[in-house]
Amino acid sequence: MFNDHNHMSLINTEENVNAQTTQKLSGAQAIIQCLIEEQVEMMFGYPGGAIMPTYDAIHEYQNQIKHILVRHEQGATHAAQGYARATGKVGVCIATSGPGATNLITGIADAQIDSTPLVCITGQVHKDLLGTDAFQETDIIDISMPVTKWNYKVTEADEIPRVLAKAFFIAKSGRPGPVLIDITKNAQMEFLEFSYDKCNHINSYLPEPVPSSHSVIDAVSLINNAKKPLVVFGQGVILGNAEPELKMFLDKSGIPAASTIMGLSALNPNHKSYVGMLGMHGNYAPNLLTNECDVLIAIGMRFDDRVTGTISTYATNAKIVHLEIDPSEVNKNIKVDVAVMGNVKHTLPQIIMKTNKNKHPAWRKQFTDLYNKENEKVIEQDLNPKANEISMPEVVNLVSDLTKDKAIIVTDVGQHQMAACRYSRFKQTRSMITSGGLGTMGFCLPAAIGAKLGQPDRLVIGIVGDGGVQMNIQELGTIMQTKVNVKIIILNNQFLGMVRQWQELYFDKRYASTEMLNPDYQKLSGAYGIASQKVTKRSQLKTALEKMIQHDESYILEVMVGQEQNVFPMISPGMSVSDMRLS
Amino acid sequence: MTDELKSNFTLALFSRNRAGILNRITAVFSRIKLNIDSLNVSETENKGVYRYSVKVNSTEKLIKRITKQIEKQVDVIKATYSTDDFIVQQEVALYKIPSSVMLDRIKTEKIIRNHYARVLTMHRDYTVIEKTGHTHETQQLFDELEPFGILEFVRSGPISISKTTQLLSDFNAANEMKSII
Ligand SMILES: Cc1ncc(C[n+]2csc(CCOP(=O)(O)OP(=O)(O)O)c2C)c(N)n1
Repeated sequence: MFNDHNHMSLINTEENVNAQTTQKLSGAQAIIQCLIEEQVEMMFGYPGGAIMPTYDAIHEYQNQIKHILVRHEQGATHAAQGYARATGKVGVCIATSGPGATNLITGIADAQIDSTPLVCITGQVHKDLLGTDAFQETDIIDISMPVTKWNYKVTEADEIPRVLAKAFFIAKSGRPGPVLIDITKNAQMEFLEFSYDKCNHINSYLPEPVPSSHSVIDAVSLINNAKKPLVVFGQGVILGNAEPELKMFLDKSGIPAASTIMGLSALNPNHKSYVGMLGMHGNYAPNLLTNECDVLIAIGMRFDDRVTGTISTYATNAKIVHLEIDPSEVNKNIKVDVAVMGNVKHTLPQIIMKTNKNKHPAWRKQFTDLYNKENEKVIEQDLNPKANEISMPEVVNLVSDLTKDKAIIVTDVGQHQMAACRYSRFKQTRSMITSGGLGTMGFCLPAAIGAKLGQPDRLVIGIVGDGGVQMNIQELGTIMQTKVNVKIIILNNQFLGMVRQWQELYFDKRYASTEMLNPDYQKLSGAYGIASQKVTKRSQLKTALEKMIQHDESYILEVMVGQEQNVFPMISPGMSVSDMRLS
Repeated sequence: MTDELKSNFTLALFSRNRAGILNRITAVFSRIKLNIDSLNVSETENKGVYRYSVKVNSTEKLIKRITKQIEKQVDVIKATYSTDDFIVQQEVALYKIPSSVMLDRIKTEKIIRNHYARVLTMHRDYTVIEKTGHTHETQQLFDELEPFGILEFVRSGPISISKTTQLLSDFNAANEMKSII
């Protein structure tokens, strides 16, 4: 039912024969065997009563699959997200029932809204105890329903291979997302005849719709006739591995292109078409000119309200073309004129083929002019501040300089996140890992760990606030134990900066509960055996960053930045993209 | 969006038989605090495929959005919606009355005949009457029988069938996909 046998036998008869031979395994062994079949190299988790049989199997298979012991199950989800987003593979988490399972929820919700493929396995009480308020029984299936792409409760051992095959297929196909599989203790302990067939089809599920031919024609006709077209792209480009197609489209069409926060690094910012980031704290030109463009081409993005501002005044002069894989995103927030359904990896080439060569010089000059204005009013001050205080942007900019734009940047949430997204530059795709849709503080530290474990040859730098670093600070223990080489920069403004900024701008500077008394981060790092340094003066910054980058183990660099700096430009809540303010 | 007029919509949903799928469907409504006026679920002529009739009152814009969000659920095969003009609806009501009032033949028999209702079963103590029709019709019969004393009353909630052939053909297409495996 879950496999196309004919198809498989065409590819590899031997494999097919192997798949047919069965093996007697415990449910717990079968779980791990399924992960191995899915080429899972590592998982992130935390043990407990209801999942102990599976941990015993993890021990047994430790030469084939790695388990990373985190310090809190939320850390496991974010680490798995960091791993998935850095590699494009499915992130795997494992936790016990009850509190172990509920601790996963924030990370699962984050993965759901940011379309990150995760498979989360939770232990559950024995099936005879279900519904009895047994020790550590929580109905995690019901709790996780609104934040998972799919979930399933396994109560019999022989369901395991079929359900896990389905879980991996659903997590990674179409628009990716998190899947949770809850497995009762008896199912882990009972035995089954194990054989594994990968799932590649589910009859009620259409992962990738195909575009109608007229939609492609209509889209191309709008694009070719546009005088002021604008491309806005999102993470759909990265998820579809469509970075080369995006570049080809821009090279041919000459259309200026802006990224959402989730699309960052899909296009090298040095590309001549790139005009910056969209959204509340994005760049001035693409936001303002959204309301001047005549055709808006949205590629793998979902018109989040942080991108659109007030929707009634968004893209007011434009016909809208939406290249999108998820039908429920079309016309959800913004009414579109042409929807080209499907994976952008497949739809972009159809459009490129028929797109006319163009350069749009006059239109592009408008972007340059507005960039110059933003540069003069904001960027110049951000990067070369007159004040003695260090600014967040200058740290981020220096990081890009010193790493030659090659690092993977992982952020937390707040002002430092906006600085990191505005000023980081990327040579490679999958280089910006940030919590976009949910804005989850506490994301950075575990996500950086997961990213580095997934991409051990790349430099991974976490940029985090003094608030957010304390939200999953227990993961310093994971860094200590796994010896994962991540660099963490704490941009310390002694405030919950982004909230303070809103209090300054919209609540009459009433700083309610945003001032932070922080621990001594050097002592804290020391307690975990992690090298660290604290920088208070600009003169120390460059050498400190160099030292951090060159250090051959993990490193924590605390940078004291100005206490009351603001992120600009900004679209105030309830305002239009064209009302973006520079100060 | 808020100025848009609200009206009655009926959603026709098809899903696979999976524990919990009803929760996934209703969560799409509760998320936006939309009350379900009536919900009816039953297996279709295709074994393992379930059909839901859901009645709600809302704006078309919102209904369009949630229909897609429901169809997005992995175990949902198809989700469509229509306004009352485009569907034929019917519901069943059962009325349990004391058999003693049936002895007052003229009145009750006349009421039952006038409403095209029928006696389903008759016991020494009670009689069960069945009526199919629209909600206001089953309500009318209720109102007329009430003076005689109704012991118990139940309404199924409407089920509906579309006036176009669109829904059915789409559904067959979904089934065709299934036949590939
Ligand atoms: C889990 C969570 N709780 C609360 C918030 C609301 N919030 C958004 S930004 C922010 C301040 C973050 O402060 P800090 O980590 O110091 O970073 P900064 O803004 O100063 O760079 C808060 C509290 C959130 N995004 N996530």
